[in-house]
Amino acid sequence: MTATATVPTSTLTTTPARRRIWSYWRFYLALSPFYVLFAVFGLYPMLSTIVLAFQRWDGLSARKFTGLDNFAFLVKDPTFWTALENTVVLFLMSTVPTLVLALLLAVMLQSAVRFTNVYRIAYFIPNVTSLVAMAIFFSSIFSTNFGLVNAALRSLGIPQQDWLGQPWGIKIAISTMIVWQWVGYNTLIYLAGLQAIPKDQYEAAKVDGAGAVRTFFSITLPQLRPVVLFTVIMSTIGGLQTFTEPQVMVGNSGGTGQSGMTVVLFFYRSAFLDNDYGYAAAIALSIFALVLLFTAINWRIFRGRSEDR
Amino acid sequence: MTRYRLRGLALHGALILALLVFMFPFLWTIVMASNTTADIYRFPPKFGFGGHFFDNVRQVFENVAFFQSMANTVVVAVSTTLLVLFFDSLAAFTFAKFRFPGRNALFVILLATMLLPAQLAAVPQFQTMAILGWVGSLKALIIPGAANAFGIFWMRQYFQNSIHDELIEAATLDGCGFFGTYWHVALPSARPALAFLGIFTFVGSWNDYMWPLIVLTNPDHVTLQVALSTLNRSHGVDYSMVMTGALLAMIPLVIVFAIFARQFIKGATEGAVRG
Repeated sequence: MTATATVPTSTLTTTPARRRIWSYWRFYLALSPFYVLFAVFGLYPMLSTIVLAFQRWDGLSARKFTGLDNFAFLVKDPTFWTALENTVVLFLMSTVPTLVLALLLAVMLQSAVRFTNVYRIAYFIPNVTSLVAMAIFFSSIFSTNFGLVNAALRSLGIPQQDWLGQPWGIKIAISTMIVWQWVGYNTLIYLAGLQAIPKDQYEAAKVDGAGAVRTFFSITLPQLRPVVLFTVIMSTIGGLQTFTEPQVMVGNSGGTGQSGMTVVLFFYRSAFLDNDYGYAAAIALSIFALVLLFTAINWRIFRGRSEDR
Repeated sequence: MTRYRLRGLALHGALILALLVFMFPFLWTIVMASNTTADIYRFPPKFGFGGHFFDNVRQVFENVAFFQSMANTVVVAVSTTLLVLFFDSLAAFTFAKFRFPGRNALFVILLATMLLPAQLAAVPQFQTMAILGWVGSLKALIIPGAANAFGIFWMRQYFQNSIHDELIEAATLDGCGFFGTYWHVALPSARPALAFLGIFTFVGSWNDYMWPLIVLTNPDHVTLQVALSTLNRSHGVDYSMVMTGALLAMIPLVIVFAIFARQFIKGATEGAVRG
């Protein structure tokens, strides 16, 4: 009681409720830019998207309420399922190698003594470079007749491949670029996580006679779990929104067999090239549902396991 | 001892190999940008640097309004960054150091907004821009991104840990008001956190692609990324020229990163380990 009855309480009890709120105006003013911008450019558009998803609209003529038609059409649209499948396949093809390679590099980097800062900076650079420029670069090295990848294959006596003209080739090209871009970032995060593990645990393991592999799986990996969860969630949110890589590398059509068509590219095309705004809004809602679903799954897998132990 | 040394050699060998893989696209971009397309199309391709860089640069300038789009990108990235730094740090300072009704609810809303994908707002946002008359204008890129939840969250963590309440009390006793305390006490002490948020915002804004592609309707007033994709689409076979454009578009980012690399890397990894 004495603790709460210090300075501010006396003013609070003597001031009427209305003045109390008013006396905080500076704080609300300081917070207002974000909330005003979010209301105008975030919340309002999102609510409109929900309404729009139940309408048919080409941007010019009057909006027409069509109920669940957009969603009914969506579940029957083969392009949507192709896009969904591509997005998940690309996500797996890029995230799994990225995280495995990053963990490997982080463990190596931790045991290195010299030049660690040079490695760190060099590994991180792919992550802060122009996405469009690098998408053009990767489409050039995967180009059929003149690309560096095919030149390398030919010099090894392997016949050249039509990378960007074949479904699997397109996926390999896109995921190679994503892996290149994100390994370094995740390496640094794992490295920071590794350095936060108490040293005495390793010493105890050594005393108990545990080898390097055993130590890795019984100490390093469990301790690293929260950091791994972070990287998996970040990769999921990023991976489910893949757009720039396929759009620049194979174009708005998604390339041969639409195998580079991702959900966001499908959304972009429906809204801003086909002017089918209601349908695009339905796709946008499905992207949101997808992000929530995958985040929840990741959360369950990683959280659930750590509680079992 | 020799076994130990051998392990060290193998370790650095692997780390250097990874470094070369990460750096290779930049090196090869320079090789392509300094040769003619015919040289690169040869089999086996030419591996050294050539003398055609300035020819390629001239061609880039002829085919896209390079300086105009570079200027647009600089305007967008710099003003977005300054606005974000100001608005985010001010809000973060308020959240970190003051109590007021509704604080927790407002903060929960802030966190929740981070889960929403940008596509969810894109269509109506375009309509809003049309109503405001901002379609084709750089305002459409700068204003919606002038404050963001991530930056507020990030700066708040920093203010909570680094500024002691006594410091704020002392400033108040010296006659500093709320804004004065923010400007004279909080802001100067937050330099490392501001540096990270600044570069993070700058890089993100510089690389933004989908929204500029949608909202900048006039081909003469696009950002660098959109100009680059146009160059690729219409001159895709002339790789030397297109890669020269790509190289030019990356240079400012590499410079910014080179100056702030350490601070940036420290900041980028901190959130993951603490969270």
